[in-house]
Amino acid sequence: MASSKPGSKHSAYEEMIKGLWRDNPVFVQVLGMCPMLAVTNSAINAIAMGLATFFVLVGSSFLVSSLKQWIPRQVRISVYIVIIATFVTVVDYVLLAMVPAIHKELGAFIPLIVANCLILGRQEAFASKHTVKFAVMDAIGMAAGFLLAMFALGSVREILGEGKLFGLSLFGDNFEPWVIMILPPGGFITLGLLLLLFNWVTERKQAFIAQVAEAERSKA
Amino acid sequence: MREQEPSSTTLIAALSIAGFLSGIIIIAVYLATFDTIAENKARELREAVFRVLPGVTRMQKLRFDGEALVVMPDDAKDDENTIYGGYDDAGRFIGYAIANGGPGFQDTIRVLYGYQPVGRKVVGMWILESRETPGLGDKIYKDAAFVANFDDLAIDPQIVTVKKGTKSAANEIDAITGATISSKAVVRIMNEAHAVWDQRLPSLAPRLKPQQPESEK
Repeated sequence: MASSKPGSKHSAYEEMIKGLWRDNPVFVQVLGMCPMLAVTNSAINAIAMGLATFFVLVGSSFLVSSLKQWIPRQVRISVYIVIIATFVTVVDYVLLAMVPAIHKELGAFIPLIVANCLILGRQEAFASKHTVKFAVMDAIGMAAGFLLAMFALGSVREILGEGKLFGLSLFGDNFEPWVIMILPPGGFITLGLLLLLFNWVTERKQAFIAQVAEAERSKA
Repeated sequence: MREQEPSSTTLIAALSIAGFLSGIIIIAVYLATFDTIAENKARELREAVFRVLPGVTRMQKLRFDGEALVVMPDDAKDDENTIYGGYDDAGRFIGYAIANGGPGFQDTIRVLYGYQPVGRKVVGMWILESRETPGLGDKIYKDAAFVANFDDLAIDPQIVTVKKGTKSAANEIDAITGATISSKAVVRIMNEAHAVWDQRLPSLAPRLKPQQPESEK
């Protein structure tokens, strides 16, 4: 996990942007796999889960970072969990009141956000050691990266598994849905393929950078 | 440890304050969302009654007071003796919708089923609440084939769960492969409710009370 030193030349913008690609919580750090595999059977569920995680992560990063000098080291994990659990409970009630249908779909996975190692991990590794501004930027970036990954998985699985996106039919009646894609094995298969794609792109990018450097060196 | 060790009192105080503040926030959110959540649940229940009793366009709340069914106002609080009577446009009685809960595989399952005393059969089933395993146990409401088992189901002598594809009698239902416990839980909850209600229900429910405000749908 790449975490930068405080006060170094990293800008807040960089802290935010790193979660999207370079340190993407799902594709690079492979964190938060439980909701990742469990609720990505449709794009809308994936987005709802991603947004709930977004709110919890940004909220708890903000609080942990603001309160860090008052939290005794010895009980910090317990305090972080209390903070995270509070945000999760708030999300749980708000979703139940505002969008009961989505709450029913996500079911047991909303309370389980408490146990999402991505969230506690960011508190321990980043928010508790950085200023509020950096902690919030980092949380926004990580949560957006998570949301992006959730959406990628959710939309692929919904398109292939039901022939729909956001409930809208894409291919007409002749499309035979790949039912396996919305079942648990489909989650693993899609995640594996996306990881493959992600690593392949990253490798190509590095190879390209190396090639450019090589060319410049030979030119000099 | 280089830094000075904080006293236990400090640690306990830190955790207590965190817990206290968290409690206050949760209570505030709970109170703020309570009405909306209760309203959603009531609406969902009303919609479910129409689903489990085909042909029903109007309903009223009924409560068993120990001797007979009495008509309750719509905003009366539900308890375990409350059921719903379903009527068609002309006000003719069609059937009862009975809710009951019980342990499932994970947590309490709440089931609502439609019952026609005349044919002594179940005409529909709807899961009001369940936290069964996604992908397996949740098929008790997601699997249309399983739900369809209850569309025309004899209730005598009692409902029996059989292995998928072996349904042969009118009182049998096909269990869900991989979710036998959840399937059996649904059936057990319905059998238990029926055992309680069988003697209580007259074949004709109390008449629909006049000027029903429930003209929606």
